[in-house]
Amino acid sequence: MTDSFMRFDKVTKDYGSVRVVEDLDLTIARGEFVSLLGPSGSGKTTLLMMLAGFESVTAGAITLDGQRLNDVPTYKRDMGVVFQNYALFPHMTIARNVAFPLEMRGTPKSEIATRVKRALDMVQLGHLSDRMPGQLSGGQQQRVALARSLVFEPRVVLMDEPLGALDKQLREQMQLDIRELHHRLGLTIIFVTHDQDEALTMSDRIAVFNKGQIQQCASPRQVYDHPANRFVAEFIGETNLLAGKVSGVDGGRVALTLPDGSVLQADGAPGFSVGDDALLSLRPERIDLHGPADALTGLNTLRGDVADTIYQGDHLRIVIVTAAGRIIARVPRKAAEWPNGSQVVLSFRPTDGWVIAP
Amino acid sequence: MSRAPQLKALVLIAPLLVFLGVFFVWPLVTVISQAISDPAISRVLPRTASAISGWNGQGLPGAEVQAALRADMAANTDEMAMGDVIRRLNASKSGFRSLMGKTVTALKESPDKPLAEIDKRWGDTAYWLAIRENASPYTDAYLLESVDLERGSDGSIQAKPAGSSANGAIILRTLWTGALVTLCCLLIGLPYAMVTASVTGWKRALLLGAVLLPLWTSLLVRTAAWMILLQENGLINQALMGLGLTNAPLALIYNRFGVVLAMTHVLLPFMVLPIYSVLLTVPGNLMGAAASLGAHPVRAFLRVLLPLSLRGVISGMLLVFMSAIGYYITPALIGGATDQMISSVIAFYATGSANWSMAAALGLILLVLTLVLYALYNRLSREPGQMG
Repeated sequence: MTDSFMRFDKVTKDYGSVRVVEDLDLTIARGEFVSLLGPSGSGKTTLLMMLAGFESVTAGAITLDGQRLNDVPTYKRDMGVVFQNYALFPHMTIARNVAFPLEMRGTPKSEIATRVKRALDMVQLGHLSDRMPGQLSGGQQQRVALARSLVFEPRVVLMDEPLGALDKQLREQMQLDIRELHHRLGLTIIFVTHDQDEALTMSDRIAVFNKGQIQQCASPRQVYDHPANRFVAEFIGETNLLAGKVSGVDGGRVALTLPDGSVLQADGAPGFSVGDDALLSLRPERIDLHGPADALTGLNTLRGDVADTIYQGDHLRIVIVTAAGRIIARVPRKAAEWPNGSQVVLSFRPTDGWVIAP
Repeated sequence: MSRAPQLKALVLIAPLLVFLGVFFVWPLVTVISQAISDPAISRVLPRTASAISGWNGQGLPGAEVQAALRADMAANTDEMAMGDVIRRLNASKSGFRSLMGKTVTALKESPDKPLAEIDKRWGDTAYWLAIRENASPYTDAYLLESVDLERGSDGSIQAKPAGSSANGAIILRTLWTGALVTLCCLLIGLPYAMVTASVTGWKRALLLGAVLLPLWTSLLVRTAAWMILLQENGLINQALMGLGLTNAPLALIYNRFGVVLAMTHVLLPFMVLPIYSVLLTVPGNLMGAAASLGAHPVRAFLRVLLPLSLRGVISGMLLVFMSAIGYYITPALIGGATDQMISSVIAFYATGSANWSMAAALGLILLVLTLVLYALYNRLSREPGQMG
């Protein structure tokens, strides 16, 4: 990233003796949608709170557009914040809620009215402007909160698990709505979530957090296909991890010898050398199943027995016991089914596996 | 079908109902009826009372009224009750004491002697008017007197002559003291409740405990503690003089300052707790949201937190005010002569001068004031989120 609109430089946050964010570096470009993804307690929300000014920075610096933010009070930071519990003012109408940031900035009355109307129309709630927040559903309230955080055209929009309190269908709809607003308005959005699907759906980049550090910050495709380490591989999506030793390195291609002697070829991060312990991350949906007699060339193969088949509606989850351990495969409903106990051959292309450090 | 459970429920609450009836409703009804009843004359002179109600007040009443009075006086055997009647009539029209005494004695000797011959004052309409005025078993005289009014000789309501009664002034003083205490409680209680609601853990427990502790301590103990602190040789005056801030002890007790100070301390929990409980329902990040939208902390407070705590503020103010106007012990022990509130006047009538009717009438005035405020409190606390 050459455009460093927002920078975190060695940012650290301590609560007493507990370090929740440690030496964190992150650069975000103007107009980018970055998700902070991680389990609870991983420091992602703390980072957002420091960015919004609700929490102080213990060490390091946060800069926005060349301005050091550390000691700027929240009300001067010019950032829109959307909270999980909406945080609408219960004693004000919807219109008054949305007008609030404009009134605080001394915007002329006539202009406030038109901008409030435009913001509410943008989230399709123009007809509810005279209601009180308590009279709206959760999804409607969150859209009001969204309108309120956008109406003053903030430099950055921060979202703290904004869809966490909504039911699944509404959440998916809102994900698409926010994504669309992001593209249309060119907003810079920092989005905290613990829901990986949400992060994959919406983000330009995902920063995966664990124990106060960013494990990987890359595009959804990169994070999913080429996880930086075991934590990322296991946290995002489902994966099978096969342990082995590196027996050959050829450019980006790594040969991994499993304990039973079988050799598998897969892509891997650079830096492996022969003899290293390594893990092969193999996504369940990248596995094909075949009968024992099928002829296979140019593919990695493993033999195993079907232990269980779980019907999941749009696909089948098949548990297979191999010499390398239990492997889960996810196959389409159209594929042939195997009764429990039958012998199968698993295959995958070398480009569908990914070798990581253990 | 639902009768059996209903009956069971009724039986279960019966002890409570009986208790309430005997120790609350019945005394209340008795006191209220005491405030408006005046049975002395109608009981001792029943015939006279019913006969004189037909008299129009012009000229002398007819012979049947005079006959009734004679019959009543002859029939009476209760000297004490008759004494009561005479006292009452004498209060309305001076001269009745000697007139009645003379008449009773005369009638004992010759029951048929015409009244006008016993004493020529029976020919004066004013005496008969006094009887008629007191004949009804009900009266509004006590209620009127408790707000410094009386009925004139023509029956119209008029103000009592200045200086003859201080009830009105004391009621006003009671309301004023209550308002002062409420204001002080608000000034201390609102910030206190806000701080308490904004901290967590042991800090909150400590702040709440500091408010609740006085509530669990006897009122008398707290008032006595203030006496020790405030008196001329008390801790505060000694400390002030020890520090050289004053040469002579300040007058901290037996005046309005001491009363308001001690009552504020005692009533503070009733201000803090309602505001605190309302603030607890306010989501914690509203102030943060306001800040992120560009509101300076002061503006965020004025626009968000203050309006949201208003419901608790109103509840607290009414609770404090309602309690304050009924205070007795604290003004009695810490106030001076000019700081006594309506309760001490009630106590004076009840125990000092045995004028139960005046005590009841003043009590009724206080009760009505409190009930009106309570109705207001109910109304305001039942409409959440409709303010601001």
